[in-house]
Amino acid sequence: MNKFELHPGIYVKAFLGLLLRDLRVLTREFLPFLLRVGMQPLLFLFVFTFILPRMGNGNPMAVGGGTDFGTILLPGLMAVAIMFSGIAAVALPLSSEFGITREIDDRVMCPLPLWAVALEKVCFSAMQSMVAALLVIPMAYYVPASPVRADVRNWFLFLLVLVMASLLAGSLGLVIGSTVNPKQIGLVFSIIIVPITFLGCVYYPWAWLGKIPWLQYGVLFNPIVYISEGLRAAVTPSISHMPWWAILLALLFFTSALARWGLKGFLGRVLS
Amino acid sequence: MIVEIEKLTKIYESKLRVLAVDGIDLVMKQGEIFGLLGPNGAGKTTTISVATTRTLPTSGTVRIAGIDVVKHPAHARRLIGVVPQFNTLDRSLTVYENIYFHCRYFGFSHSHARARSLELLNQFMLSERKDVYPPQLSGGLAQRVQIARAIAHRPTVLFLDEPSAGLDPQSRMAMWSAVEGLHKEGITVLLTTHYMEEADSLSDRLAIIDHGRVLALGSPDKLKQTLGAHTVFDLKLKSHERLEPLVDKLSRHPGVTSAEITAEGLRVIAASSDGLLPELVQAAAGHGLRDLQITEPSLETVFIQLTGRDLRE
Repeated sequence: MNKFELHPGIYVKAFLGLLLRDLRVLTREFLPFLLRVGMQPLLFLFVFTFILPRMGNGNPMAVGGGTDFGTILLPGLMAVAIMFSGIAAVALPLSSEFGITREIDDRVMCPLPLWAVALEKVCFSAMQSMVAALLVIPMAYYVPASPVRADVRNWFLFLLVLVMASLLAGSLGLVIGSTVNPKQIGLVFSIIIVPITFLGCVYYPWAWLGKIPWLQYGVLFNPIVYISEGLRAAVTPSISHMPWWAILLALLFFTSALARWGLKGFLGRVLS
Repeated sequence: MIVEIEKLTKIYESKLRVLAVDGIDLVMKQGEIFGLLGPNGAGKTTTISVATTRTLPTSGTVRIAGIDVVKHPAHARRLIGVVPQFNTLDRSLTVYENIYFHCRYFGFSHSHARARSLELLNQFMLSERKDVYPPQLSGGLAQRVQIARAIAHRPTVLFLDEPSAGLDPQSRMAMWSAVEGLHKEGITVLLTTHYMEEADSLSDRLAIIDHGRVLALGSPDKLKQTLGAHTVFDLKLKSHERLEPLVDKLSRHPGVTSAEITAEGLRVIAASSDGLLPELVQAAAGHGLRDLQITEPSLETVFIQLTGRDLRE
């Protein structure tokens, strides 16, 4: 193969090379990775579906933490796992690689269009998000006082939602990693990540917000809502959820909008 | 021509409008070592950044082996290797992995990438440190890894941006010999520097640039001959009275380019120093000649003449 000729195969190989590099770095930190993605859902399940139900009726929290709560919580915790992985896998490394070390340089200099370098980051983060989400399923089975079973009736919908939700989280990570100053990344967690998680219909289905209409319509701007609702539709369809077509449309819309924004930020950082 | 830079201009539009490159035209021949010499802020790094697809030019074109780097950056990147000014080694990977994954990015198979990495580690005497992480390397070693990484995919043109900045003398010598080795392999090298010795001894041709423009272009010897084959005589005198007639007389002397009064005496710049020394000594004798310093023609005198300033300021 002559290097003076353009060969599409070279792009594919470069892209796979970047994925391999990220995989190598991840395998070196595999235990921290598992702890990072598993700790929060594990503790959440433990407190709300194991400890609280055992406290009996004398405890007012036990009502909220009843057996059904585990079923509501399962898709929500999967959504949180997806989102946190997306941010941890893209935003944090990117913001440091863009920093004074400029470590991103070698990857930016590989024979790939720059958008594909950014896309690789998003894809790799999506893979981690999917692993993180799937980890929640066995946890929800073993941890709660009464096991919560994932009830996937439509596998196609499940996979579609899982992939789209993970790409959305990766795109959000790209936006944060390429637009936020590394020094302020902690602040972003408190003022963006925590609120969108708490108001992301993670702990309750969207339909139940009916009595607080201003909130019910307000949260429609929050992309996490569609991740939670999408997983609810796919994993626990017996709980009320938005119609699947609306969920998929919204996921598509938010993913493309965030990816576009993130890519713009990425190009701005690597090209002067 | 392997590298063609045409009417390259770059203006940074931020709070302050900075004209970093102001219409540079340069061509590089296959296999030559080309030096860009200039003080900090002359536009060297910006020129290299555009050529290596990291900066978009305001106008003008750069072609590497005929490929426009702005229109086809991904393609152009296959033909170039870059050693940036700062250490940009991947800190999450070992020295070996830095080179190995670089090869993978450029489409090498696992066994091919592995063989190439081991070969380069050996060639650059880094084999013992193959499992070390970049933060544990000294500046000189990190620079060697960066060079090994930059040439791993066998680029046609290698860009070195201030390769010896911050290196100790030994590492600098090692880097120079590495560059000369690459030259023998037929790689075209473009290096920027503000070290005269480096430009003089390494480059086949060089361009002196300042304020984003090319001031002079040619081989180091040719530049010295045509532009600044000037010897500088600095005379320290005891008596500074009635120097003007002497300056007049010396200025009219054939071979003398200029003569001027300095704080300590006289400075005479001459294109040819043949036979001038005895006359200078004789003429200055009446003013109490204390000391005489002669600076032979060098790139440094060329540079000072062209830009009016010292490189190291």
